[in-house]
Amino acid sequence: MASKKGQGDNRLRDQIQEKRLFTRRAVLAGAGVLGLMGLLGGRMAHLQISGHQHYATMSQANRVRLVPVPPNRGLIHDRNGVILAENRPTYQLMVIPEQVPDLEETLAGLGAIIELEESDLTRFHNQRQRQRRFDAIPLKFRLDERDVAIFATNRHRFPGVEVEARLSRVYPQGEHAVHAIGHVGRINEQELQRIDSSRYRGSTHIGKSGAELQFEDLLHGHSGIERVEANALGRVIRPLERLDPNPGTDVYLTIDSRLQRIAEEVLGDWQGSIVALDTRNGDILALVSKPTFDPNLFVHGIDRETFQALQADPSRPLYNRAMRGQYPPGSTIKPFVALASLENEIKRASERVFCPGFYTLPGVSHRWRCWQRRGHGHMNMEDSLVQSCDVYFYDVAYRLGIDRMQEYLGGFGFGRRTGSGVPGELPGVLPSREWKRAARGESWYHGETLITGIGQGFFLTTPMQLAHATAVLANKGSAHPPRLIKRIERNDNGEVSDLPPEEKETHFKLRDESNWQQVVDGMIASIRGPRGTARSIAPGLEYEVAGKTGTAQVFSLGQDEKYDADAIPVHLRDHALFNCFAPADDPRISVAVVVENGGSGGGVAAPMARQVMDAWHAIERGQPIPRPDPPEEDDAETADG
Amino acid sequence: MADASLIEQRMTRVQRHLHLDGQLLTAIALLSGVGLAILYSASNQDMAELQRQLVRLSVAFVGMVAIAQVPPKTLQRWTPWVFLAGLVMLVLVLLVGTYGKGAQRWLGFGPIRFQPAELMKLAIPMMVAWYLSRRPLPPSLSQVLVALVMIAVPTALIIMQPDLGTAVLVTAAGLFVVFLAGLRWRVLLGALAAILAAIPVFWMFLMHDYQKQRVLTLFDPERDPLGAGYHIIQSTIAIGSGGVYGKGWLNGTQSQLQFLPERNTDFIFAVFSEEFGLVGVVQLLVLYLFIIWRGLYIACQAQDNFSRLLAGSLALTFFVYVFVNVGMVSGLIPVVGLPLPLISYGGTSMVTLMAAFGILMSVHTHRRMWSS
Repeated sequence: MASKKGQGDNRLRDQIQEKRLFTRRAVLAGAGVLGLMGLLGGRMAHLQISGHQHYATMSQANRVRLVPVPPNRGLIHDRNGVILAENRPTYQLMVIPEQVPDLEETLAGLGAIIELEESDLTRFHNQRQRQRRFDAIPLKFRLDERDVAIFATNRHRFPGVEVEARLSRVYPQGEHAVHAIGHVGRINEQELQRIDSSRYRGSTHIGKSGAELQFEDLLHGHSGIERVEANALGRVIRPLERLDPNPGTDVYLTIDSRLQRIAEEVLGDWQGSIVALDTRNGDILALVSKPTFDPNLFVHGIDRETFQALQADPSRPLYNRAMRGQYPPGSTIKPFVALASLENEIKRASERVFCPGFYTLPGVSHRWRCWQRRGHGHMNMEDSLVQSCDVYFYDVAYRLGIDRMQEYLGGFGFGRRTGSGVPGELPGVLPSREWKRAARGESWYHGETLITGIGQGFFLTTPMQLAHATAVLANKGSAHPPRLIKRIERNDNGEVSDLPPEEKETHFKLRDESNWQQVVDGMIASIRGPRGTARSIAPGLEYEVAGKTGTAQVFSLGQDEKYDADAIPVHLRDHALFNCFAPADDPRISVAVVVENGGSGGGVAAPMARQVMDAWHAIERGQPIPRPDPPEEDDAETADG
Repeated sequence: MADASLIEQRMTRVQRHLHLDGQLLTAIALLSGVGLAILYSASNQDMAELQRQLVRLSVAFVGMVAIAQVPPKTLQRWTPWVFLAGLVMLVLVLLVGTYGKGAQRWLGFGPIRFQPAELMKLAIPMMVAWYLSRRPLPPSLSQVLVALVMIAVPTALIIMQPDLGTAVLVTAAGLFVVFLAGLRWRVLLGALAAILAAIPVFWMFLMHDYQKQRVLTLFDPERDPLGAGYHIIQSTIAIGSGGVYGKGWLNGTQSQLQFLPERNTDFIFAVFSEEFGLVGVVQLLVLYLFIIWRGLYIACQAQDNFSRLLAGSLALTFFVYVFVNVGMVSGLIPVVGLPLPLISYGGTSMVTLMAAFGILMSVHTHRRMWSS
């Protein structure tokens, strides 16, 4: 018992000792726990007190995203406020893959109610690979109202599909004035390099041609920015604040839509160009280049086939003939050469040249032909302008020499850009010794001087240049450079400003006013005179027009060949030209007409110019505009040189 | 020491009849409540997720109550068998277990999926406590070595799954028993030296690449800001931006806007810190500290070595959970996949934790008179 009890005592003592040991260890562990908890607390305090500012900034940077807000593009009006380019809501079908339960089924279902092209689906699938699942992807652009209505009634069947309205550029007049207005298109790589990225943040489109390109700075405006809260995946949760975009400025062109329409109608299906300028301030009243295209095709990205078809079209509808078409001026150059002759005292106005139907140079066997093979007989300056005698001008050109002729014609702006600023304008070619040496590496021949005198050979002008040179002539040596913009209206503060015309340029000083009068009289007589090459437009003309017909050879005739329009393929027939200004005593408008392969300046081009002038005459007086006659095919009475 | 009537008196009704500990129960309920609230925020107000968590809590609670009814003596009798069963299942997991998150951890019995490693969190301290309590304390060196083998074998099996977090935890649980049993200081210091020496070996031969990554990114999160470092960067941003007072419940931008990864599981503490600030953090840590203190108190009040060692180890293991999770989320220690106890979303570990609380309660409420 005793020993057992002793064992029990020992055991009890052991147990007490074990408990003490354990308690010591437990307290020690507790102290360790307390210490480590303190460490955690210290770490937290470090992060949340001393690190707070730093981490708060980082958390802010995490959550805040900047979302660009593109500005509304300015509208384009004609000079009277007719809208030529505007922004309209267009509807597109958007799909948010994340919210679509069964994509294949949805696409099939949509295809049953809205026509989906194969290309739409391909583009959709391509884009889907690249985008986040909660981003909306366009499935079809430019839904028509019927599609929108059908979708609206079926909407419940398609979760994750919605119709989005956004503003897109629309050209309500279609092809009307397309070469003046130009068009916008998606911003491409090169443009991306060039543009100010902060101004264009969020913008997808940019002016590609015409006024849209020329006045891009005004039209585009300045992008705004929205600060939004976004989550880690970039999904926008809510807007925080917004810096509104600065909307683009509305632009009023100098184009008069009514006149433009008349000019487009009179040119009809001919390929060519008509340019009408206000001689008093350089306003481009009409700028026609035919054929045309629908600029609306380009806004949403033209599909490959359509674009290739436009590119490959032999009539080149995309080509702005008014600014870039370079044509031999032909006889339209003669008034300018005549004035050069008078001013340089090569010939007096009354001095006659005998035209036997050709011209020869001493010691050269070549005969430079007059368009009138049987000859005009004795021609003074007025006669030669009225009947467009080539031989008279061969003689003038020969006596003037290429250097003086080039210098004088250069005074009218030939051979350089008019300063209109219209994108893509070409300078034409005013041939000279230097030009030929630089361009061809050859020296100048006398014969080339002769044909330069009748606007052939290397001589090339654009319709714009011809109209401008005619305005310079009308103004006796000075003119405002052509301009396409007349007025701007700011959309942020409604401020309207009429832009002053471009600074008037003095091209040359007349030595003698009467010289100018004699040339103008000759131009008037070419219309009013019984033998005038443009006499067909005289009947019923209520004002005096000073004009000159021209026919530019596309196809060189051999020495003794006779031009036979019917025997020559259409595309090799002569271009028909006419330039004029009116009224002759108080010039207000100058017009240049180029009809490709039109054959006859007097028969084809001049009537077009007259109808344009008639329309302007009526518009200026507030009278009803006469209906234009349809253009006449090949009824050339006279083949002018 | 105290007589029966005194102990009886000091036990409340709840303790006597339900074998539950009121203080521990209150702290656990409080913590669970905070957990549900923060989970609601971390899951972007997902009621369904909250309900699932509530169901888990209930199941775990029932488990706790059930285990609390089992007297420590019975637990002690079962211990070798539980440990053996756990070992067998750990082997089975490696042979036929299913994969989840790149590791082989699950064992399926029909519809029930089960992680044997979780069982080991209890079985190892139980086994070591069982073994060491058979002889008077402190343990002899040979006993310690045997105990170490008991810890090392299952730990090795768990590392092979691989599951670093649980391995750390079970090792800690086993070693706590050895420490509390009175491991001699010179042995302890010697062992510490050996461990330090073993670290390079461990690094070069035993650690997986992803584990090494975690350690490396701890020291410099910026070396992989979008990969492994992303977690730490985003969670320190969340914590730091919370400041002293926090951004307010449901207003943490880091968590609500999903910058914070794993925000309803391992990184939920960052959500809490962001929304409740340092003030909330200190209160939460104090609550944890109270639970640990209560566990250690229960251990000290326990009447036999097995109960004592087991209860002490479980309390300290609970601390390891808290320390490792908070330390990891705040960038103090490497990212080790351990949940924040009673707050993180997830089932298995919660059941284990509550079972541990059940054991603590059982130890505390089955005390008897010395003389009887």
